[in-house]
Amino acid sequence: MKSLGRRISLGAAAPLMALVFAIVSSSIVLLLAGSNPLRAYSDMLNHASKLETMVDILNRATPLFISGIAAAIGFRMNLFNIGVEGQYLLAALVAAEVGGVVHLPAPLHVALILLVGMTVGAAYSGVAGVLKVTRGISEVISTIMLNAIAISGLIVAGLKAWQAGGAVSGSVTRVGTTPIPKSGRIPNLNRFVELFTRHIGRDRQLTGMLVIAIIVGVAYHVLLNRSRFGYDLRASGANPFAAQAGGVSPKRMILTAMLLSGAVAGLVGMTEIFSSGLFPSNPIQGLGFAGIAVALLGRNSAIGAAIAALIFAFLDISSGILQNTGSASREIVQIMQALIILAAVVAYQVTQRIRDREEAKAASAALGGVLA
Amino acid sequence: MIVVNYLKNMPVWARWMLYAIVGVIVLNIVQGFDDTSLLTAQGTTRAMLRWGVPILLAGLGGLFAERSGVVNIGLEGMMVLGTWFGAWGALQFGAWWGLFFGALGGAMGGLLHAVATVQFGVDHVISGVAINILGPGTARFLSSEIFNKKFKSQGGSITQSPRVPTVGRFTFPFLAGGNLFGWKTPDILGWFVKKHWFFISDITGIVRGLVSNMSWVTVFALAMIPFSAWLLWRTRFGLRLRISGERPGAGEAQGINIYFYKYVGVIVSGALAGLAGAFIASQELSGVYKEGETTGRGFIGLAALIFGNWRPLGIFGGAMLFGYPFALKLQDLDGKASHALLLVTTIAMFAVMVWALLRRNASDTVLAAVFGIAALAWYLLAKTPPDWWAQILPYVIVVVVLIFFTKRLRPPAADGQVYRKGEV
Repeated sequence: MKSLGRRISLGAAAPLMALVFAIVSSSIVLLLAGSNPLRAYSDMLNHASKLETMVDILNRATPLFISGIAAAIGFRMNLFNIGVEGQYLLAALVAAEVGGVVHLPAPLHVALILLVGMTVGAAYSGVAGVLKVTRGISEVISTIMLNAIAISGLIVAGLKAWQAGGAVSGSVTRVGTTPIPKSGRIPNLNRFVELFTRHIGRDRQLTGMLVIAIIVGVAYHVLLNRSRFGYDLRASGANPFAAQAGGVSPKRMILTAMLLSGAVAGLVGMTEIFSSGLFPSNPIQGLGFAGIAVALLGRNSAIGAAIAALIFAFLDISSGILQNTGSASREIVQIMQALIILAAVVAYQVTQRIRDREEAKAASAALGGVLA
Repeated sequence: MIVVNYLKNMPVWARWMLYAIVGVIVLNIVQGFDDTSLLTAQGTTRAMLRWGVPILLAGLGGLFAERSGVVNIGLEGMMVLGTWFGAWGALQFGAWWGLFFGALGGAMGGLLHAVATVQFGVDHVISGVAINILGPGTARFLSSEIFNKKFKSQGGSITQSPRVPTVGRFTFPFLAGGNLFGWKTPDILGWFVKKHWFFISDITGIVRGLVSNMSWVTVFALAMIPFSAWLLWRTRFGLRLRISGERPGAGEAQGINIYFYKYVGVIVSGALAGLAGAFIASQELSGVYKEGETTGRGFIGLAALIFGNWRPLGIFGGAMLFGYPFALKLQDLDGKASHALLLVTTIAMFAVMVWALLRRNASDTVLAAVFGIAALAWYLLAKTPPDWWAQILPYVIVVVVLIFFTKRLRPPAADGQVYRKGEV
């Protein structure tokens, strides 16, 4: 029992150490820049305690969390899906245009948009999957290239084509895809939240994608930890040869993991297209790379990713206040985020090594010192 | 088959030169169809070199890291650090210091990557992703603290620096008529160009475009090609660095300090990526530090590294090939040249098809034929390709190269593996 307690404390120590390290080193940076770190942090916390800011944070955490799960599916299988970035942007673009063109009753319309997004995301990550299993191309390299092809090629082309179509029908030049009618927008959760709190002001709307994100998180947890498929996936991630001997085809697992990861990635951009009603010409970028960070910090678990997404969203949103109060440059949070990731991966590596060493010690003790 | 054997026995530089000459002949013939001369114009090749240099430097940076066994997808982040520190150093201390600080900024990113991957054994891709987030974040923070305060009156802001001074230029003596100790040498290549002989004038024009009026950074980058080949393959240092990337365990058994060579490899890698960034921020390309101005060229450098099969000369070939479409787009106002490029793509794909056919590889033959027909159809149907085509061409080329040649590429054997001392 003692070892279990130690194991848990080791597991929690790593992310905490990472946070402390990031806070201390960002404080040093702030001090060097002539700002008062304590004032900056208290400004951020004060700001975050407002209801409207909390809504902003949840709206930001939702896509971050989904993106984190997309990356985590790959990580569990030892696959680096660096391509979440390109997959979610491309998926959001196509889903928004389809959603803008078709007319359906409300729940079906929303479901169609989500489905199109997942399909496009899966198809695009599937390209990397197929290249890996048929040609042996590393998914790291192929997804980096596919990201660039999507972002500076396909998306530019799509926006141009669909914007042009709109310019003919409408009198005003539009920036983005065809607007999605009301029936195709996921309802917001304001009324639900307002049951427990006061009225949410300042036109803030809590995205309905939060519900989808929770479903994705629960499904991910159950599928990976409670199903045969999840077992196979984790097994081939841990040791592909042993898994193959156990009857798990590594190629099929690679392809399935890439498709699943891409399908989830396809949902990342939905928060934005539902809230703005179209795919804008300058969409929010970087959520895919941030998702990798979220998955790393959350150690590929659903709960961990949720906490990590909230931390990142808090930093993103509450940094806005720094500029207003003038207590520091808001850009400090980007440095903080990167430091958290670096510190976290180093801390995980160190605790992992301590754990391995103790396991080896325990094993040799159990064998009566034969190995030692 | 005799031809194939002959090619195999050629020295590497001669083979690449032959490929280049065949490429120029193809470009020369093809541009006639589209009634343009831009494909082999001097302006195009000069722009190609200017755009290719950062890719070349980043690719060579990747070479040093990956030859020592550390995958560096953080090149992009290190390059961003290079753009910022390059611009700052140039503004603060002068143009040459800009290059120095750019390299230093990149090297700091490299050091961080080395500490994470070599010291702590963190996965290389993960650390690289973190550095790609850290680089732009740091640049933005520093801009808000320095460009937006001290240099605000000169036009600095959070996303941009004031105009950056730049180092001088250099024209090769004799070849392109540069000055040698104050004496103006004859312009031999220029003489050929003026004769307008078919092909000969074209190829001399291209070479003259490359060797005249180039930045000192370009001279340095070009000199780095033979230098890194010599350093990595002809010296004891290089042998030890490469064994760290091939079989670190074997190196360790010989008493080599593998960690040291990995550190050096990754730090040099960061310095070269940083220099590439400083070059982008110098007047050769943009003349300012601007947020997002690297536009993924660190990743293109990685692509050049793979295209070049982890070898200096191949990286140079990749860098020029990837710089070419960008350069062409700058000159190509009526879209004729870009259109002609589609025909070049078609020819290249059919060449791959023939190559696959000779090796009796049915699936590759069919795939290459499909790509070739698609490119041909595009050439025939479209009047000019859309402007985003040039943007993604490098990435498309890499994917195609990977599809057909992955099995022939040979990365360092222990590339990307975490090495711990004493654990073989």
